[in-house]
Amino acid sequence: MQEPTRRVLMKGNEAIGEAAIRAGCRFYFGYPITPQNELLEYMASHLPAAGGVFLQSESELAGISMLYGAAAAGKRAMVSSSSPGISLMQEGISYLASAELPALIVNISRGGPGLGRIAPAQSDYLQATKGGGHGDYNILVLAPASVQEMADLTVLAFELADAYRVPAMVLGDGIVGQMMEPVALPPPVTELPPKPWAATGCEGRPRNLILSAPYTDAELVELNRRLQRKYAAIRAREQRAECVLMDDAELGIVAFGIAARLALAAADNLRERGYRVGVIRPVTLWPFPETAFRAYPAVRAYLTVEMNEGQMVQDVRLAVNGAVPVHFLGQGGGYVPPVDAIEEQALAILEGGLAR
Amino acid sequence: MRELFGRPACLTDEPFLYCPGCSHGIAHRLVAEAIDRLGIRGRTVCVSSIGCSVRCWRNFDLDVVQGAHGRGLAVATGLKRAQPDKVIFTYQGDGDLAAIGMGETIHAAARGEAITVIFINNAVFGATGGQLAPTTLVGQVTSTYPGGRDPSWVGWPIRVAELLAQLPATAYIAREALTTPQRVLRARRAVQLAFEVQIKGQGFALVELLAACPPNLKLDPVQALNWVETKMIPHYPLGQLKPAKGAAR
Repeated sequence: MQEPTRRVLMKGNEAIGEAAIRAGCRFYFGYPITPQNELLEYMASHLPAAGGVFLQSESELAGISMLYGAAAAGKRAMVSSSSPGISLMQEGISYLASAELPALIVNISRGGPGLGRIAPAQSDYLQATKGGGHGDYNILVLAPASVQEMADLTVLAFELADAYRVPAMVLGDGIVGQMMEPVALPPPVTELPPKPWAATGCEGRPRNLILSAPYTDAELVELNRRLQRKYAAIRAREQRAECVLMDDAELGIVAFGIAARLALAAADNLRERGYRVGVIRPVTLWPFPETAFRAYPAVRAYLTVEMNEGQMVQDVRLAVNGAVPVHFLGQGGGYVPPVDAIEEQALAILEGGLAR
Repeated sequence: MRELFGRPACLTDEPFLYCPGCSHGIAHRLVAEAIDRLGIRGRTVCVSSIGCSVRCWRNFDLDVVQGAHGRGLAVATGLKRAQPDKVIFTYQGDGDLAAIGMGETIHAAARGEAITVIFINNAVFGATGGQLAPTTLVGQVTSTYPGGRDPSWVGWPIRVAELLAQLPATAYIAREALTTPQRVLRARRAVQLAFEVQIKGQGFALVELLAACPPNLKLDPVQALNWVETKMIPHYPLGQLKPAKGAAR
């Protein structure tokens, strides 16, 4: 008889911490900010027992630079924060991208702009997916919609970051961070990929340089070309989306993270009433899963649902490229779209003849 | 044949790109000599800062990590915590360490990170063309305060070594000047001691080196050294602000 999968009840923030430790992360740097403090505290109480280092940094500026140092040493390392803190970290994220250092940044985002409030929001989509700091770069962005995915995508983020030598972000919100669900924890990683490029002292080998600024203008052009080639490879290979009820759908609801679960509930309700509605849930926000939008020729309109003023809808429109109309439902500042509001707007589109 | 003088093993054969009369070349050499003498090249990592020394990786034949402006001691903290058996040093100017990076500096010192800091204080922003630094002297003319530093408007120069010496977790804090052969020999001993303190695991070690920046002082190299002697040293007294445990004073 097969052993049943053991599942434990955890908060999303704690699931990230446990999954990171199991993925071989032994270095965590962070500064307190709500709604991600459970993750900071989980690492404080569990990482030392795993032989790791927890260090509370004096600021997010310092925390991301400590991460830069640990990543430069070739270690699996992470930071976590929430929106205002992530803004402070943009300097270091741009440097990580330029120095091609793999590292994990967790953003359990909240409503902005400015200090905002701690209610859950998805208002950091554009910052996360368009680079966020200065210069031409992108980082991997993974958007969990459940506590299980908080664990699974944390492991995946470390793996992809190492594979491509890029920073990766897990972008959640106050709901997936704080809510409790059963989770099957990933098995501990026993072997990590070698990092012969790391700055560990040059004993027995030519020296390693972890540089953000190349020496010449021509070398900076070459760095940019190399980064763009890498990003093209990531776009070609690493797009991930969950497509539910989409095969015969006339209306596709597009949503990520916790908003996608509400979208799915609305789609289920509409299906019961005979409407052909499905959901595309981008799991990778960068690379944006644009190929998913070419797979469903029956779709006559999309409705993008977000907990912000309309950010991902820009990428949906680029992916659809004018082929069908793309509608939007959303609001910033801590709005959680009610299922009946999603149904209502979907019905208006469906009954309006999916107008072009 | 016995070699009496030569290039230290952990300096590359790249020429220094610094201006005539700049003290960076001497400071680089002192660091390289200390690493050679202690036999630690293979396990040493340099964290470079932003400013004139941003390309010190061209000259130090070591593993080098280039951090963001002012974040050197946070980057070094990450490197050292990740590999405590390695020797980590930062090489930072006054703008980097004491202006934009003062937060990182104070907190790394307060935590007692076992890192060696080589702090080059030339009382001015060098690479950007001579603007006011936190260490600019009262009355000193800079490109952003052409009437000279007025304490009633921009405050007083910060004595970094004195500030950090107060913190319980700092193990060795000293200030020397790179103006005369005699002072350079004293600085040489201080730099080596700052590495020995780290190797012994005693805590945070910083050597502040008073340095000349002739082009931004609008002086020739000899005049600039004289300016450091006669203007800087009276405000920034030399010596051990916090002596290392078990070392000669």
